[in-house]
Amino acid sequence: MPKMTINGIAMEFERGTTVLEAARFLGIPIPTLCHDDGLRPYGACRLCIVEVGVPPQSTLQSACTLPIEEGLIVKTHSARVDRARRLLLELYVATCPQSKTIQDLASRYGIHEVRLEPKYEDCIQCGKWMRMCAEQMRAGALGFAYRGGRRKVMFPFRHRSDICRQCGACLYICPVCELRCQGAQPETTLCSGCINFSPSCLHYHDQAMCFLEPCAACELAGPLRLAGPLRKDLVWHKPEPPKEHGELL
Amino acid sequence: MSAAPGRIATLSHLRQAASRGRKRLLPSQPKILVGLGSCGLATGAEEVFQAISEEMTDLKLPYKVAATGCIGWCCQEPLVDVQFPGTPRVTYGRMDPHKARDLVRGLPGGDLKSKWAVGVLTGYENPVTGTRLRYSKHSARVDGVRRYEEIPLFQHQVRWAARNCGVIDPTSLDEYIARGYLALYKALTAMQPREVIAELDHSGLRGRGGAGFPTGKKWEMVAQQKATPKYVICNADEGDPGAYMNRTLLESDPHSVLEGMIIGGYTMGAAEGIVYVREEYPLAVTRIEGALAQAENAGLLGEKIFGTSFGFRIRVVKGAGAFVCGEETALIASVEGRVGEPRQRPPFPAERGLWGKPTCINNVETWADIPPIIMRGGDWYAQVGTKSSKGTKTFCLVGAVRNPALIEVPLGVSLRTIVEDIGGGIPEGRSFKAIQTGGPSGGCIPESLLDLTVDYESLNQAGAIMGSGGMIVMDDSSCMVDIAKYYLGFLADESCGKCFSCREGLKRMLEIVTRITEGQGREDDIALLEDLGWMVREASLCGLGRTAPNPVLSTLRYFRDEYLAHVRDKRCPAKVCRQLIAYEIDPTLCNGCGACVRVCTSEAILGEKKEPHVIDNGRCIKCGACLEVCQPKAILVE
Amino acid sequence: MGDMPILAGIPARNKWEGRESLIPLLQEVQSQFHYLPEDVLRAISRRFQVPLRDIVHVATFYNCFSLEPRGHHQVKVCLGTACHVRGAQRILDRILRELGMAACGTTRDYAFTVEPVRCLGCCALAPIMRVDQRTYGHLQQSKVPKVLQHYRSLVEVAA
Repeated sequence: MPKMTINGIAMEFERGTTVLEAARFLGIPIPTLCHDDGLRPYGACRLCIVEVGVPPQSTLQSACTLPIEEGLIVKTHSARVDRARRLLLELYVATCPQSKTIQDLASRYGIHEVRLEPKYEDCIQCGKWMRMCAEQMRAGALGFAYRGGRRKVMFPFRHRSDICRQCGACLYICPVCELRCQGAQPETTLCSGCINFSPSCLHYHDQAMCFLEPCAACELAGPLRLAGPLRKDLVWHKPEPPKEHGELL
Repeated sequence: MSAAPGRIATLSHLRQAASRGRKRLLPSQPKILVGLGSCGLATGAEEVFQAISEEMTDLKLPYKVAATGCIGWCCQEPLVDVQFPGTPRVTYGRMDPHKARDLVRGLPGGDLKSKWAVGVLTGYENPVTGTRLRYSKHSARVDGVRRYEEIPLFQHQVRWAARNCGVIDPTSLDEYIARGYLALYKALTAMQPREVIAELDHSGLRGRGGAGFPTGKKWEMVAQQKATPKYVICNADEGDPGAYMNRTLLESDPHSVLEGMIIGGYTMGAAEGIVYVREEYPLAVTRIEGALAQAENAGLLGEKIFGTSFGFRIRVVKGAGAFVCGEETALIASVEGRVGEPRQRPPFPAERGLWGKPTCINNVETWADIPPIIMRGGDWYAQVGTKSSKGTKTFCLVGAVRNPALIEVPLGVSLRTIVEDIGGGIPEGRSFKAIQTGGPSGGCIPESLLDLTVDYESLNQAGAIMGSGGMIVMDDSSCMVDIAKYYLGFLADESCGKCFSCREGLKRMLEIVTRITEGQGREDDIALLEDLGWMVREASLCGLGRTAPNPVLSTLRYFRDEYLAHVRDKRCPAKVCRQLIAYEIDPTLCNGCGACVRVCTSEAILGEKKEPHVIDNGRCIKCGACLEVCQPKAILVE
Repeated sequence: MGDMPILAGIPARNKWEGRESLIPLLQEVQSQFHYLPEDVLRAISRRFQVPLRDIVHVATFYNCFSLEPRGHHQVKVCLGTACHVRGAQRILDRILRELGMAACGTTRDYAFTVEPVRCLGCCALAPIMRVDQRTYGHLQQSKVPKVLQHYRSLVEVAA
């Protein structure tokens, strides 16, 4: 069985396992939008990217479509991956700010501002609709059309298809349909009901040292835990919430 | 053994065909050649050919008229060459039917009309054999006309891939055999596949499509695969705007590509080859299909080539119009009848390509480079070039240069040599601003870096790439922000659209750059462009997405001032961006002729006859029609 | 069977040998009908068992296909880089203005279809346009009306 290293953990996995499956097995959380266990991997959302190889030749690849192989070295939370994921999520929020799934992801990954104009589109072209219809419901009524910026999901010739059984599976699987919380500041691009922290060990180790959600304790201890005994002279101040809650200046 | 007429199955058949070919190349009667590549045809070469044929029929002259391919002297099209036995070949540029008839009329009397002649050729190298096709004694001259060796455009060139372009008739198999198909014979009858690969390794040949992957290594990878059937593919989906080297090779010397592919098939154990050509290149499709038919009839394709056990077939697949299909995995998807959406690599096509089988995809030029390497050896090829980038490369030098041309130079020459010596520099009192290499995946190189050597590594470090060979020279009338917008628009449309980073990222970058060109740029736009560009490059799935930000990032790197002028001062220094300029008439120069009023489609110019006219900027759409017709050049752009 | 007569009219230069024959077949249909009619695509889907959504994706993905009928004369303006720096966009704008079109597409009388095209590879002659099989180089705005008029007169003669 091929042996690979993921976040420093060397392990053997069955041939045919993807890096995403391997990471999940080990309890390493990798965000996804276009992935579903019941559907064939697609690799369109790019959120599951991980750093493969050793710098400076390493590249970012989507974990869901990457099969494991002997000697593969993967880092799921390096500084490079983190920066790319955040920029991606910033773009996701700007594209579909009304989606709860995307706002939750943004919150979890510490997105504090969105510098792009909100577009309120209702589709991120994750392909789940199409794959669900074809692979699970065995109908295959709709697919993509056009290319590049004009690409979209549609029924061929825009007629309701005679293959479509109106089972609703497509609505069930869509990750952006669920609307975000309509509570505080519903008109803002970025929902910021939660305070989130970024792991401070990232700056010191070029990767997060644990994969739990960062919390206040991590922020408090921060460089202290790594540098030596507790330093009483350093005091923690509660961070000010950003003045403009992610609105475009 | 006897073969069917026209069949070439032995060395002696090859020699006979070569002899026939040489008689055509150096006939005992005078011969007139007309360049009938796409550029020639677009400038009226067909009419010139007809005029010459008619004039010769009228005058009952027994001279031969033949078509030839493109010698790369694009700025002089249509080109006509006259070849009297024993005298040097004389090239005439910018011909038209009238001049052509005049020329023919003068020939029997020995009048060479040297006032129209642009060059004289005493012979042409054949890198495959190391010999020279001699038109005349080397010392022969024609008064007042420079020899090719004295013309800077050609002095620096070493034509190995383009060895037959403009020399042979692309529709004559015999003429090709006079200079080729020897390498195929040698490989099939006297070399083992591993010996072929060894020669490629020694040559240092790197994929000429742009990625620059060592060809020997790629062939070895495919050769080692156990799965069958294997395929070889010629990637002729030359989509980079400004690059037409591949089109020229296919139109002017299709057999060189076929020969390379058959050698490749033998070396790697493939039985089938595919030439994937853009459908926007109809003449190239016709020529390669013609060459295929010829090769099949001659037995150079099919079963038992040259009497060996090796058989090979090639077919042509036409593209359907998608730049992304130049990417290997998208090309494969297109051949398989699907949309051109790239897939993740690894696995690479060498391992799992067409129909999941081992596939070797190489660029047109790479295939054309194979025959000379096989005949002369890899070490011969490696004599030329730099340490990491061996051999020669074709380039299309276009844009704001005096001599737009298709050239082939040894790798390692400097950009300055190419732009100034070969290209003749910038015309008309404008100044050099940038040279763009590598197409939409490449970058813009400023004047300060003109002494860069042209090789894969130097260009990468400068933020550009070698690409397939397009080199577009820009002068001070080009706005670099507008150029960035142009490339982003191209890529946003040609992106397959599957991955979010590329599709949405490029869309947003285009919006930002467009706003900047319209005077709506904001202070943090530049930082945002850099962030988005970085993300698109890192997170995208394929080569198109990964290199798409290059034009923006390289112009930001070298021309930041121009961006800042647009954002802060709402000014376009190059006077291109329409929202930031105004057309004005200089009353001291305007003679009131009214030519501009006649062409203005927005009725924006007012004035009495013979009185200085005025432009109403509220109506002016800056279409530029008036600029074209104003004789006193009284219209200024501010 | 309703679909057979439609398909019978298409020259069978290539036999159907599986999914790889789809694009060449669509190219044949495009060159015969000058676009891809919906009923032909449905017939192909039924006859060769290719999902209609895949055919539509292919038909809308590639530049050479059109789901809408095209005009008698195809005007393709090259928007390659060399052409761009020599004012190709202005040429395109002028053509659209001359034909009274707001954007690229087909004129109401189906005389012309105007569209931008990716580099035709004659960059030394920039700016370029191709009308049907003929390429025009070294274009200037002033030459546009005459060229269009020439083709319009051909349409009127044919009518």
